[in-house]
Amino acid sequence: MAEKMDEETVAKVKGILLPWKGKRGNLIMALLRVQEALGYVPWEAMEIASVELNVPMARIYSVVTFYNYFKLKTPGKVVVMVCDGTACHIQGSPALVEAFEKQLGVKSGETTSDGLFYLQVVRCLGCCGLAPVVVVNGKTYRTVAGEDVAKIIAEWRAAMG
Amino acid sequence: MVELSAEQIAKLKALGATQKETLVKMGDDFKKEREKDAACIYTCNATGCRSGGSVSVIDAFRDALAAAGLSDRVRMVGTGCMGLCASGPLARVEIKGREPFLYKQVTPDLAQIIVAQHIAPALKDAAAPLNLSKKLAGHELSLKLPFFTKQTKIVLKHLGHSDPENLGEYIANGGYRALMKALEMKPADVIDIVKKSGLRGRGGAGFSTGLKWEMLAKSAPVGGEKFVICNGDEGDPGAYMDSCILGGGSHAVLEGMMIAAYATGATSGWFYIRAEYPLALERMELAIRQAKKYGILGRNIFGSDFNFMADLRYGAGAFVCGEETALMASLEGNRGTPRPRPPFPTEKGLFDKPSVINNVETLATVPAIILGGADWYNAIGTATSKGTKVFALTGKVLHSGLVEVPFGTTIGEMVNDIGGGTSTGKKFKAVQTGGPSGGVIPASEFRMPLCYEELKKIGSIMGSGGMIVMDESDSMVEIAKFYLEFTVEESCGKCTPCRIGGYQMLRLLKKIASGKGTRADMDKIRDIAAAMQRGSLCGLGQTAPNPVISTMKFFADEYDALLNKGRKG
Ligand SMILES: Cc1cc2nc3c(=O)[nH]c(=O)nc-3n(C[C@H](O)[C@H](O)[C@H](O)COP(=O)(O)O)c2cc1C
Ligand code: SF4
Ligand code: FES
Ligand code: FES
Repeated sequence: MAEKMDEETVAKVKGILLPWKGKRGNLIMALLRVQEALGYVPWEAMEIASVELNVPMARIYSVVTFYNYFKLKTPGKVVVMVCDGTACHIQGSPALVEAFEKQLGVKSGETTSDGLFYLQVVRCLGCCGLAPVVVVNGKTYRTVAGEDVAKIIAEWRAAMG
Repeated sequence: MVELSAEQIAKLKALGATQKETLVKMGDDFKKEREKDAACIYTCNATGCRSGGSVSVIDAFRDALAAAGLSDRVRMVGTGCMGLCASGPLARVEIKGREPFLYKQVTPDLAQIIVAQHIAPALKDAAAPLNLSKKLAGHELSLKLPFFTKQTKIVLKHLGHSDPENLGEYIANGGYRALMKALEMKPADVIDIVKKSGLRGRGGAGFSTGLKWEMLAKSAPVGGEKFVICNGDEGDPGAYMDSCILGGGSHAVLEGMMIAAYATGATSGWFYIRAEYPLALERMELAIRQAKKYGILGRNIFGSDFNFMADLRYGAGAFVCGEETALMASLEGNRGTPRPRPPFPTEKGLFDKPSVINNVETLATVPAIILGGADWYNAIGTATSKGTKVFALTGKVLHSGLVEVPFGTTIGEMVNDIGGGTSTGKKFKAVQTGGPSGGVIPASEFRMPLCYEELKKIGSIMGSGGMIVMDESDSMVEIAKFYLEFTVEESCGKCTPCRIGGYQMLRLLKKIASGKGTRADMDKIRDIAAAMQRGSLCGLGQTAPNPVISTMKFFADEYDALLNKGRKG
């Protein structure tokens, strides 16, 4: 099983859950906020949410596994999102996905062995006019070409020291 | 709910009336301020242009204005999407007494040059001719382009012209006037206007909005509650209309929701917006906070008997959650699985209470209809598709972006005039509408007018407004495969025709795409499609075969070529 959460993180999770107690339609919101803070939803956080929000563990697990947005494992420090929505697909995103997979040595949804990069293929980031689009830790790269992939990776490798 | 005494209610009404006055004054004050400005720089600050650096462009404009001593004479406004996203960041300069002037691909450096060469000289000498360096002139984007002149903007009207975070500006542009007007009418009369306007749901199905509201109006509240839900899930990958409408016109969507609530007797509202749209979420959260602060949301709104509250929930990335019953399950905090209808949401909806679900664009259209009147709106469009529709025009088209046209505009006008032709110099092959539930329209049919009926007839659907343009080099089998992969991945798995049928169809399609397919495989695909259309529980499964069937119909030669390849090899 995953490593244990330290007390500070436990308190943090409880603090995040607190304002959602007793509200209707709170479960997904509360879990999203936890993910926002921790980068993913650890098993232990689900257990805490189960107690704090009074929701059976089975329902929590069925919810987090249903929605694409939830991450159940810690992602890498650098999250690379390659858009494969229709507009990006038509403008060549499949080749970009392939290039990232090859150069990082991982598939979509995986983290590199050094824990640095997390690759994620997503559907539409809402800026289709700039297709194909890649977003790395919130920074957007527009009309990305195959040869840009190596540059983007190098840029973030350097930024992370 | 707490019961209030007559005296307390009278007090709240008086407070509401005062709040209304405050708002009206806020709008007037803004107008006066705006009149004082000698010039204004509107910089697009929506998702697309932000990704191109619009935030630092705005900073650069501010710095340059300060350095030139022009800060108090020139207003800086960060706006919603201006439409031509592919050429962003965009900035429009409006100087009193002169024609507006639009710049494309603006950088912080360029912003400084614009202030120095364009704005400063014009403000010094009103008669000074425009004298731009070659470099700067190269960044002009003519506002006379058909891209701009051929559109009719109702929903997008204020998006590129105002700061979505400024409530005063929204009021100055006529905001919340429609709600004020509606509150002085009988709810049934509000429904009547919407019915007569001919407004149909923009979320895909095209159901009459007025009729749907009437159904909710007839349902009795359960436990004192009825809901309006705004569907901002925008699951079609490759479409971003709703994201921009929410991000650049959040108050208009809220106002539309409140008019719907007043008309139907709903007690509170829910926004369901996908988590992938941070800007839309941020702006909607802000709009709700502002509305609460100024008494637009709350009790005895504007001194009337109308009470209303709105809240927001995030969608967590499942296409099926755009379907209304799945969306309600998701709002309740469960897996987003559709359920059979009836009972319809207007009888038994969110938390088992009567609810109406409307799309973002549908709601954003409502205030304009209340102000402009049913006849005005009804005169725009075709016999059965009234008004305008927002499209995300993307793919192999030169002017890719967000456009709004009257129904009845032909596809040719969309891609040739507004779109400016292909971006590749190659010939058009087809456009695709309706996303994973839609189909293709081949170039030979580009004279077809865009409206619900014509699109259905040709085997596609209006959908939510994605329009993907493809050129000669695009493979139609590949496109069909792309969409089917998407729906198979997104199927919730609840019913067999969709779960198994989709999977089998995809397997056959992949076989054909790899050159190993046979005629029998094509026939099998048709059989599976029929079973899925008939037997699936929700729209996802029912429409999933559309991209495949429609490409098979119009581009049989491409399938044939792949079959023949198999035979030879
Ligand atoms: C699979 C599926 C996905 C859908 N996705 C959306 C969506 O993203 N946005 C939307 O407004 N409607 C979507 N709809 C349609 C909704 O179920 C519903 O009809 C619509 O929100 C009603 O609003 P309207 O009457 O204003 O169009 C979807 C339907 C299906 C079957
Ligand atoms: S048609 Fe597909 S998505 Fe819809 S309920 Fe059935 S399995 Fe789920
Ligand atoms: S399809 Fe890639 S941003 Fe929309
Ligand atoms: S995002 Fe700036 S023009 Fe659309």
